[in-house]
Amino acid sequence: MTAAAEGSPAFGMTRARRNALLQSEPVQGFALISPTFLYALILLVLPILVVIAHSFWTQNYLTIDRTFTLENYRVALTEPIYRDLLWRSLYISLMVSFFTVVLAYPIAYFISFHGGRHKSLWLFLITIPFWTSYLLRVMSWKVILGYNGVLNSGLMGLGVIDEPSTALLYNSSAVIITLTHAWAAFAILPIFVSLEKVDRTLVEAATDLGDGPIRSFLRVTLPLSAPGVISAALIVMIPTVGDYVTPKLVGGKDGVMIANAIQAQFGKASNWPLGAALSVTTMLIVTLIAGATVLILRAAQRLAR
Amino acid sequence: MTAMRRFLANGWLSAYAFLYVVFLYLPVIFLPIFSVNTAATPKFPLSGFTLKWYEDLPRTPALLDAAWNSLVVGVSAAILSTVLGILAARSITRYRYPGRRAINGLIMAPLVLPEIIVAISLLLVILQLGLSLSLFTVVLGHVLVCIPYSMTVLTAGFEGFDRSLEEASADLGESAFGTFRRVTLPMVAPAIISSLLVCFTISLDEFLIAFFLTGTEATLPIYIWGQLRFASKLPGVLALGTLLLAASFLLMTIAEILRRRAAKRTQNEGGLYA
Repeated sequence: MTAAAEGSPAFGMTRARRNALLQSEPVQGFALISPTFLYALILLVLPILVVIAHSFWTQNYLTIDRTFTLENYRVALTEPIYRDLLWRSLYISLMVSFFTVVLAYPIAYFISFHGGRHKSLWLFLITIPFWTSYLLRVMSWKVILGYNGVLNSGLMGLGVIDEPSTALLYNSSAVIITLTHAWAAFAILPIFVSLEKVDRTLVEAATDLGDGPIRSFLRVTLPLSAPGVISAALIVMIPTVGDYVTPKLVGGKDGVMIANAIQAQFGKASNWPLGAALSVTTMLIVTLIAGATVLILRAAQRLAR
Repeated sequence: MTAMRRFLANGWLSAYAFLYVVFLYLPVIFLPIFSVNTAATPKFPLSGFTLKWYEDLPRTPALLDAAWNSLVVGVSAAILSTVLGILAARSITRYRYPGRRAINGLIMAPLVLPEIIVAISLLLVILQLGLSLSLFTVVLGHVLVCIPYSMTVLTAGFEGFDRSLEEASADLGESAFGTFRRVTLPMVAPAIISSLLVCFTISLDEFLIAFFLTGTEATLPIYIWGQLRFASKLPGVLALGTLLLAASFLLMTIAEILRRRAAKRTQNEGGLYA
């Protein structure tokens, strides 16, 4: 007995303490998560509250005037330049999430239904480019689409065009192409997860009852994977609205987005309250659009059944 | 007939999958290709093979500074976010308490917020507090965006972990800390290393937050951003980019292997005893 207890000297005591602590499991769990929770509170929630507060203030040169005003929101919503930028950012992010989801669905379907033993290898293969620097991926599109770029010089070499086309780079299409490529992996994963959950016997049942492959897909698989499609659309749409690097590198004048205007307010233009109001407006609008997308896709899912 | 049709459908899907992978990789592959090309502008046909762009890299002091800064920021961010990730992932997978899902949602939120919002809100607070921008403030921002990834890797490693092993250890007299160190930790070590590598890679590649929160010191992406203004510097940037791509690829492959090993280990244990 003494020999056995040697490795753990405080045998009786720790056990008693352990039992006492185990009874307050919630306390223990909360205590364990509190450092991370506090970190997120102090560095995420508090800063966002500060941004919201700033959006109701005004700035005189370097001092902030803290009287409540809605002037910044009036500017953000009615000045043509900001209104246009907001609309364009929304348009681009909607297009990007549409294209990423449509392009990603077949590949997620392929991996889930025909991936066989190589499922995780396929997933790895598809997520790897996503882990490389975002800046570098945008840069490589600049190299491809540029005036002296890969596509132009390649097409000229093949004799398809006589002189380099300027239509490829520095417009919103270039932004859409680049973002669609950059966010591909993010859309595949949620769709794949929801496809994995689809009960295969239901698909078989539909086939046995006389549905062809397309009908059984449209009436069974697609509606059942709708949650994955919804989260894929949101997970692409929300961050792309505020993208800064892509419009700056490949967007040109025609592809400027709201994030570039926000950055300008915190940099050169130095109007923090207006920048804050633009940020809050962007967040609110994208939340509304995201909510609307969820409702529309759910309604479509119900109709499909 | 049906077999034939199914084969055809699969054939289309396989062809699509192949094209999709090409679409994913093709743009990235141009960076290494043009980084060993003699011409200063990236266009076809290729003019000849050279390593001179790579040879110039170590002779650029600004670049070496940026690389050192990136290393310092990456290591600090990886360690901090993994420690915070371990605490949170352990709490989420092991304990049940009210508010658990809401707290988890908050911690994961930076994953779906536009990066610019995270960056400018942190910038405002730091400037309001009168703190000066430095590599330290960059680390603060990077930890915030790394924690969700760390959590994802770690909860996968902690879940399916057989609780009876810990109970057995506790019943045999280990303290809570002793059980964690001698039973839990060895089981989840691959997940922890995987989380460290993932966070380091994210920090190494992250541009926007560093762009807003750094003072005068540049990290590698910021250095690259500065060089992009000069067309003549492009081949050097492509060479540097290629090295970064290779580093990310290598780190993520190791992380993935470790993550899988961790998942397999905990699942096997669960399978044996469940």
